[in-house]
Amino acid sequence: MNAIRRRFQPEQIRELVLLLLIVGIVLFFGTQIENYFSARTFNRISTSVAVIAVVAVGQTLVVLTRNIDLSVGSIVGFTAYVVGTQLTQHNELAPLTVVLMAVGVGAVLGAINGIIVAYGRVPAIITTLGTLAIYRTILVQISGANSVVTNELPQWLIDVPRINVWSFGDLDIRFLFMLAIVVVIVFQLVVSYLPWGRRLYAIGSNPDAARIAGFPAQRIVFMAFVMSGALAGLAGFMFLARFGNITVVAGQGIELESVAAVVVGGVSTNGGIGSPFGAFLGAILIDVLQNSLIRWLAISEFWRDALLGLLILLAVATDTVIMNRLRKLWVPHELQISDSTAVKQGGVDHAG
Amino acid sequence: MLANLTKALRRWEGLLLLLLILVVAFNAARTPGYLTVNNWVNMFELSIEKIIVALIMTFIIINAEIDLSVASVMGFSACLMGYLFSTGMPMPAALAAGLSAGVLAGLFNSFWIGIVGMPSLVVTLAGLIGFRGLAYVLLEDRSIGDFPQWFDNLGQQPLIGPIPFAMILFFVMLVLAIIILQYSGFGRYVYVIGNKKEVARYAGVKVERTKMILFVASSTIAAVAGLLYAARLGAVRGDLANGFELDIITMVLLGGVSIFGGTGSLYGVLLSILIILNLRNGMSLANWSGHMQTGVIGVLLILSVLIPNLAGNAQAILRRRRAVSSQPTPSTQ
Repeated sequence: MNAIRRRFQPEQIRELVLLLLIVGIVLFFGTQIENYFSARTFNRISTSVAVIAVVAVGQTLVVLTRNIDLSVGSIVGFTAYVVGTQLTQHNELAPLTVVLMAVGVGAVLGAINGIIVAYGRVPAIITTLGTLAIYRTILVQISGANSVVTNELPQWLIDVPRINVWSFGDLDIRFLFMLAIVVVIVFQLVVSYLPWGRRLYAIGSNPDAARIAGFPAQRIVFMAFVMSGALAGLAGFMFLARFGNITVVAGQGIELESVAAVVVGGVSTNGGIGSPFGAFLGAILIDVLQNSLIRWLAISEFWRDALLGLLILLAVATDTVIMNRLRKLWVPHELQISDSTAVKQGGVDHAG
Repeated sequence: MLANLTKALRRWEGLLLLLLILVVAFNAARTPGYLTVNNWVNMFELSIEKIIVALIMTFIIINAEIDLSVASVMGFSACLMGYLFSTGMPMPAALAAGLSAGVLAGLFNSFWIGIVGMPSLVVTLAGLIGFRGLAYVLLEDRSIGDFPQWFDNLGQQPLIGPIPFAMILFFVMLVLAIIILQYSGFGRYVYVIGNKKEVARYAGVKVERTKMILFVASSTIAAVAGLLYAARLGAVRGDLANGFELDIITMVLLGGVSIFGGTGSLYGVLLSILIILNLRNGMSLANWSGHMQTGVIGVLLILSVLIPNLAGNAQAILRRRRAVSSQPTPSTQ
């Protein structure tokens, strides 16, 4: 037991639990639904999860610092539309330029959020609630009610969602899914090993302590918003490639889906706990459950959101209960006792 | 006199009052017939459901919580009412069912927040998605109308003089809310919990019970607002009141209520409601699109916190400079 305690933290076990949960759910539905273990199921879920996973990774970085980014849906729509119109006017643009443009536009919008939150000291929920409306308004104004349509886009972009990186029999690892996985791995490494990544946790766990310890807290939070915007921009490109037709309402609601993925993936809204990999698992869990439940119960598509709401609640509730148990296991016995006496006396915990 | 005036302006409410006067004066100068009773009634009527819910949202945010699910509860209770009416249930029973749906939604939210102990942001985010989902489950993509004439009249015709029922209800609720929040013991609890939950608990305040009461009240009032909205529109659809939560929260935050709880007042919120109503009305009269209006209010929301922060920074710098220059021999410590 002690060896396990030293080896793992409760938070890592949480990710393991999520992974096991996903496997368990897939196995369960495999016995319930005919032809469930088909390449089609896998391909459908993997393509639909890719866009939201990329946004969720960016959202994780922001939520780790005890902030929130509600403007990502508008950023996805904004970049998808702007990049789409550029492509219809300049069909000859190179793919890499297009991706960089999308990431750049997203990063600029994220930087605006970051400046207002980190340097203007406006709470993140107020800032991004405002920019959620503002970015969408700008998009509506510049679009003049036109849409991007698929047949004006260059052929290579339309082919992007169908590119296979690998195929095992019928099972395809699509390019967009691969891109999402790369993003998850890169940012998992960043938050695990780079000083900037570690400091995200420090700031989220205790902003005051981080400031006193001399971390450039403002710059780190600012960069978290820039990254979130940049990733939302990348997701905007993926959105454009996947759907082709982009109207001014594109991407609406992605902010909520990304927060849902992050929360189900075990990232705490109080900051300091969670990881990009967890958020990725959260996005997969939500998508798998939604897709499977609708097929299993043979209910209409209209149940999707009702189920999603319930799933988020149950996931977070089990998490709250289980994680509290687990954390108690990790705290040495004597500390627990002094902890509870401290609480009874109404004093602060000096037992450390 | 002048000192008093500057002191009043420093306070948030003073600043809002100044802004309100400017907006009204600007609109009145531009548009003849702006200051008529009919235009003002019309102005209130167009947003009456939102401002009713903004009253209870003020309580919740001062309590350092948030309820993102209000607009979805509005949609859900109105859709349930519409669905039951379309299956042949008499109107009063359908209305009662819609209202109880709101109470149940509130109990559901407060169970997870007060008893399980989950953050309200997460619970009501799930509610925002889930209750809207239930509204779609009930009505799918249909629209239900043809309600009894008395119900449509309730939402569309004036009740006393030029004033419709919903507006009377709003002012009654406003007075009640001010009494409860600013002058009653319960209101003190709401502030104390919002300031420091732990301190409130040690002082013997029933923190969880207060929160649960607020969330049940919030969903119940949202259900009332949803039914009023249905009466005004004369029809219900799955997307009824979609996205209203943002407008409602904006009204409260612009009113000087801190998102971290503990500060703000209903007077500030009332002023901010009046500002937003007049601003929207003025922009509509100037033919600005609804999207544009939302964008302007988004800018206003950010500026309302940003400008005082920047002003505070500038003041701090000035004070430091003055302190340095007033010292004849700067000491090196």
